[in-house]
Amino acid sequence: MNFITVSGPPSSGKTSVIIKTIEAFQNRKHDVAVVKFDCLSTDDDKLYEKIGVPVKKGLSGALCPDHYFVSNVEEIVDWGLGLDVDILISESAGLCNRCSPYIKGIKAVCVVDNLSGINTPKKIGPMLKSADIIVITKGDIVSQAEREVFASRVNSVNPSAIILNVNGLTGQGAYELSTLLFDENVHINSLKGMELRFPMPAALCSYCLGETRIGEDYQMGNVRKIDLEK
Amino acid sequence: MNLDYIQNTKISELIKKYPFFLGFLENNNLKIENDLTIPELMDSYDEEYKEDNGISKEQIITQSLDYINQMLAFLGEGDDKVESITIKAGQHKDGSKETFGDIKILSGEIVSIVGPTGSGKSRLLADIEWVAQRDTPTNRQILLNDDIPDKKWRFSIEHKLVAQLSQNMNFVMDLSVYEFLELHAKSRMVENIEDIIIKILNQANNLAGEKFTLETPITSLSGGQSRALMIADTAILSKSPIVLIDEIENAGIDRKQALDLLLSEDKIVLMATHDPMLALIGNKRLVIKNGGIEKIILSTEKEREALKELEIMNDKLQTMRNRLRTGQTLSVS
Repeated sequence: MNFITVSGPPSSGKTSVIIKTIEAFQNRKHDVAVVKFDCLSTDDDKLYEKIGVPVKKGLSGALCPDHYFVSNVEEIVDWGLGLDVDILISESAGLCNRCSPYIKGIKAVCVVDNLSGINTPKKIGPMLKSADIIVITKGDIVSQAEREVFASRVNSVNPSAIILNVNGLTGQGAYELSTLLFDENVHINSLKGMELRFPMPAALCSYCLGETRIGEDYQMGNVRKIDLEK
Repeated sequence: MNLDYIQNTKISELIKKYPFFLGFLENNNLKIENDLTIPELMDSYDEEYKEDNGISKEQIITQSLDYINQMLAFLGEGDDKVESITIKAGQHKDGSKETFGDIKILSGEIVSIVGPTGSGKSRLLADIEWVAQRDTPTNRQILLNDDIPDKKWRFSIEHKLVAQLSQNMNFVMDLSVYEFLELHAKSRMVENIEDIIIKILNQANNLAGEKFTLETPITSLSGGQSRALMIADTAILSKSPIVLIDEIENAGIDRKQALDLLLSEDKIVLMATHDPMLALIGNKRLVIKNGGIEKIILSTEKEREALKELEIMNDKLQTMRNRLRTGQTLSVS
């Protein structure tokens, strides 16, 4: 089984891109399953069901979605193996731009969109910087110049990645993406012992444990203050 | 350029030799410490800072090397002109063969693409963008200059084969025309930026009904002005040898002149349109059906005569539009 992790800022078009890509896989008779990670709610699982792929959803609720993802990733891979699919795709929302959900040795895709602004690439951390493939969406509604500038900014923060334009509505580029994602020589049997590419955002303070009161007296653990002197 | 060199050269030296490297440092939020090497710079940050910003020493070193090598390849290339593109027939959605054999399109040529939504226009375009080598669902093959193309046309963002212009495209950046063109010119690593900006502005104003200036914010340009600026900018600044035009409306822009501008820059123009005025400007029409190219129609003498008639009608319409715009009354004769 191939395992592919897809991440990207909210509303960047991850689900649309994945669905178009799955259709390309289905045309080539590959079985796909999807696990969708989100925070509070998602209806995207219905979209996946509609195109006939087994789907599970995981909602992180009050937890950091990134931590929730990595705590469950081994189990979802086992689930995929149990289904005996060719390809398992995980989709997770990057919410704080410092997310770093990628695993060494597992294909990592980051989806960003042209509408997010040309300064966005430099604001996103490991989610963009350590991805293998970067998919840029919504190119059909901005000018050619903006597309070119955006792509060159993305390239400057991650020159090692393959950058691809995909149209989530028409699917233009999705077939091409699918050929980059699937490798018949890859067989993931377990994630045991594998490592993240980069440490996740950390927090362990009184607010993590449910504190609601404001003020220094109530702050414990991993607390950091703004430097107002600077 | 190798890893050793990157690791042992001072940043000031790197920037002096490769001015574009400054952009890499800035976009990665790194300090410009002239006297340090890249590894020394990375060592000067504490672990916490690196972790906060999601950067690591090894990653920045290898990516510096990747970036410089990419840019050098891009700059050192000079003119690798695309003088022709050939589409070799593949198959329709149902697996039946396309019957056209080969189509060769030369630079400076306009080809219209017609067919209903969902008929396979996107797929054709994707084949061209991906320089398909019998490895897409249509099984088509794309040649450039009669040859199997270099891999770079597929993967390098500096070598996109196709630039696109469509009705639905808008400017979204909050910049003036000048700032916008400057930004684009810089990302294309153009040397004489000021000249290019003036050239684009003049060309855009030639195309647009109403003039605008370098100070105008791009988001407040009218539909016609935006289209004019996009076309002039794509013609002059974009390196892509093929331009796809998807239904450009008639209002507020001289479409014929727009096409002439693109052709004068040696572009290959593909035009998806059902507007007879535009479709007949091209000398060939590709008819798309069932996911494949059903046939190729060469414009006939009769059609060209019809085009002349259409042009007269169009001029009339245009004059009336201008009269309305300037507050005059219409006299219908």
